[in-house]
Amino acid sequence: MDTDTSAKNSIITRSDLPLRVIHSTPEAINRAQKKIRRSFRQIRTETVFRRTLTIMGLVMIILVLGILLTLIIQSLPSIKSLGLKYLWGKVWDPVQDIYGAWPFLLGTLLSSFLALIISIPFSLAVAIFLGEYYPKGWLPDFLKNAVELIAAVPSVIYGFWGLAVLVPIVRNLETHIGVEPYGVGIFSSSIILAIMIIPYAASLGRSMIQMVPSPLKEAAYGLGATRWEVIRSVVLPYTKSGLFAGILLSLGRALGETMAVTMVIGNTSLIPKNIFAPGNTMASVIANEFTEADKPVYLSALIELGLVLFLVTVVINLIGKKIIDRFTNE
Amino acid sequence: MKLSSFTIKSFLLTGTFFAIVSMGLVSCGGGGNTSGSDSTASGNDDALIGAGSSFDNPLFSKQFSEYNKTTGLKVNYQSVGSGAGISQLTNKTVDFGASDAPMNGKQDSALTAPAIHIPVTAGAVVLSYNLPDVKDTLQLSPDVLAGIFLGTITKWNDPKIAAINKGVKLPATGIVIAHRSDGSGTSNIFTTYLAKVSTDWNTKVGHGSSVNWPVGLGGKGNEGVAGLIKQTPGAIGYIELAYAIQNAMPYAKMQNKAGNFITPSIASVTAAANIRIPPDSKVSLTNTDAADGYPISGFSWVIIYKEQNYNNRSSDRATKMLKLISWMIHDGQQFSGALNYAPLSPAAVSVGDSILKSATYAGKPILQ
Repeated sequence: MDTDTSAKNSIITRSDLPLRVIHSTPEAINRAQKKIRRSFRQIRTETVFRRTLTIMGLVMIILVLGILLTLIIQSLPSIKSLGLKYLWGKVWDPVQDIYGAWPFLLGTLLSSFLALIISIPFSLAVAIFLGEYYPKGWLPDFLKNAVELIAAVPSVIYGFWGLAVLVPIVRNLETHIGVEPYGVGIFSSSIILAIMIIPYAASLGRSMIQMVPSPLKEAAYGLGATRWEVIRSVVLPYTKSGLFAGILLSLGRALGETMAVTMVIGNTSLIPKNIFAPGNTMASVIANEFTEADKPVYLSALIELGLVLFLVTVVINLIGKKIIDRFTNE
Repeated sequence: MKLSSFTIKSFLLTGTFFAIVSMGLVSCGGGGNTSGSDSTASGNDDALIGAGSSFDNPLFSKQFSEYNKTTGLKVNYQSVGSGAGISQLTNKTVDFGASDAPMNGKQDSALTAPAIHIPVTAGAVVLSYNLPDVKDTLQLSPDVLAGIFLGTITKWNDPKIAAINKGVKLPATGIVIAHRSDGSGTSNIFTTYLAKVSTDWNTKVGHGSSVNWPVGLGGKGNEGVAGLIKQTPGAIGYIELAYAIQNAMPYAKMQNKAGNFITPSIASVTAAANIRIPPDSKVSLTNTDAADGYPISGFSWVIIYKEQNYNNRSSDRATKMLKLISWMIHDGQQFSGALNYAPLSPAAVSVGDSILKSATYAGKPILQ
């Protein structure tokens, strides 16, 4: 019996795994072997898990590169025939095969940045209210859910609401200030966009503000700072990179929004004269004209519009990253 | 040993996963160009696939469901738009396409085999407006219409509008123009008409399913344009006749080539189509010669390949489809009126008949 167990023992100890218990009773050996099997299983799980994560990450990269590649390949005919002047061409005339993306580029940037400017005070206020003033309670909970619900409403509903409620109000305003009373236009679409993007900046801002270490705030209070002073000189400086990331996220959303914008922007290929004028965005042109693009160059020009939108988003994100880096390094 | 054999296994597994993913990506990228022979040719011969015009969709739905009751043939029609229907026919992924505009030269040259057009119904585009204080029906002439859409006539009380609307008190408000923002057959009919009656329009704008509008607001779909018109005082825009009737929107009388002011209606559209139709049926009904015809109307066509033996299609499938189309232009027309489509004129039906007879399978005519 003794020799028998020692033989088994030697098998076990050959493994490079640390073994805590080596008894010579058969039950103990059995237990030890089970443990080894379990450690093998654990290693296996670890490996599989790590591999899965790597694959998922790579799939994401492949997807993005695949989309970029598809866009480039499909827009080659248009790039070849129109060249670089596609970017600043002011006329979009499918009948004569003249395609210039400038009015739509302008419309996209104008409506998105205007929306951002309108939304920042609201999202910042919501973030400070929920993060600093009233982190708990039924009213803040309700407000938090309401803000998050804004993000969950389908964009076509915003479009309908905009067309039925907002546009008449804007038209009224336009008659008072003496611009052409269309109602629809860049201004209306910016308001809709502003409402749609509030939750992104607000939610991120709220969690950032909640993460400010309380010793910092308490020290400020201890020095006799008022609440406003604490927010201004402790909370906001501490969280500015997070707040900016939230704003960037909402800008990305505004750039690509299609349905709601299409319904209220007025859809004209003319260059907008002012913020009340009708215009068009790249996303809504694609949505509008894709199904009936009956010529190869036309279709390709629309896809190139998608490529431009893609690149604009990338550039804006890169600029944003740079700014965030500078904030955090300070 | 155990460990290393497992490592190999897991590598194999991940490798397979990768291969599947990348294959999926590649096939997605190339999907646009492959002609899915499976979807049409070797598919179920009791189910046909069509795609195209969204204008035709309500009528087709009714016709296909009625036809299904008597023959058991199922037709799956995708209302994706005329242009998309034509490109699906070009890729041979559907049995037939449907379009509000005949195929243009570029679309024709993309085809590998000749296609034939069969007129199946007719529709009209009407000018709807929002003038709350005007009780009489507005009258428009081709000149005035072109002037409004070119942006040269900007006020409702312009003398040119007043001259053809004697006794109507027109307001001094500005004209707001509403047009389709999405590419559509409706825009094509409307711009084709304007290009015919106005040389200015023809040189500056031209015609097509999407054009570079000199002025105005764009709305998506008939409902988008109708929404703009209803909301904006002083607005004028073009929508389909059927949509205008169903939504009780006011629409203007148009002066036709003969000089008569015609109220758009199913009867006046059918009348517009009662002209000499060329043997290939590819005719625009806009600015019709018919004295009682509404000038902004047009056919909608079903488009099929002339030679039906392609992609291993069975002759049975081809025969079933031709019988269906033949039924659509004869018995199927009875469902037009209730849905506010204009029934085909006798001239159109007889041209359609002779075109259908020209379709062949392996060189032999299908319908006798």
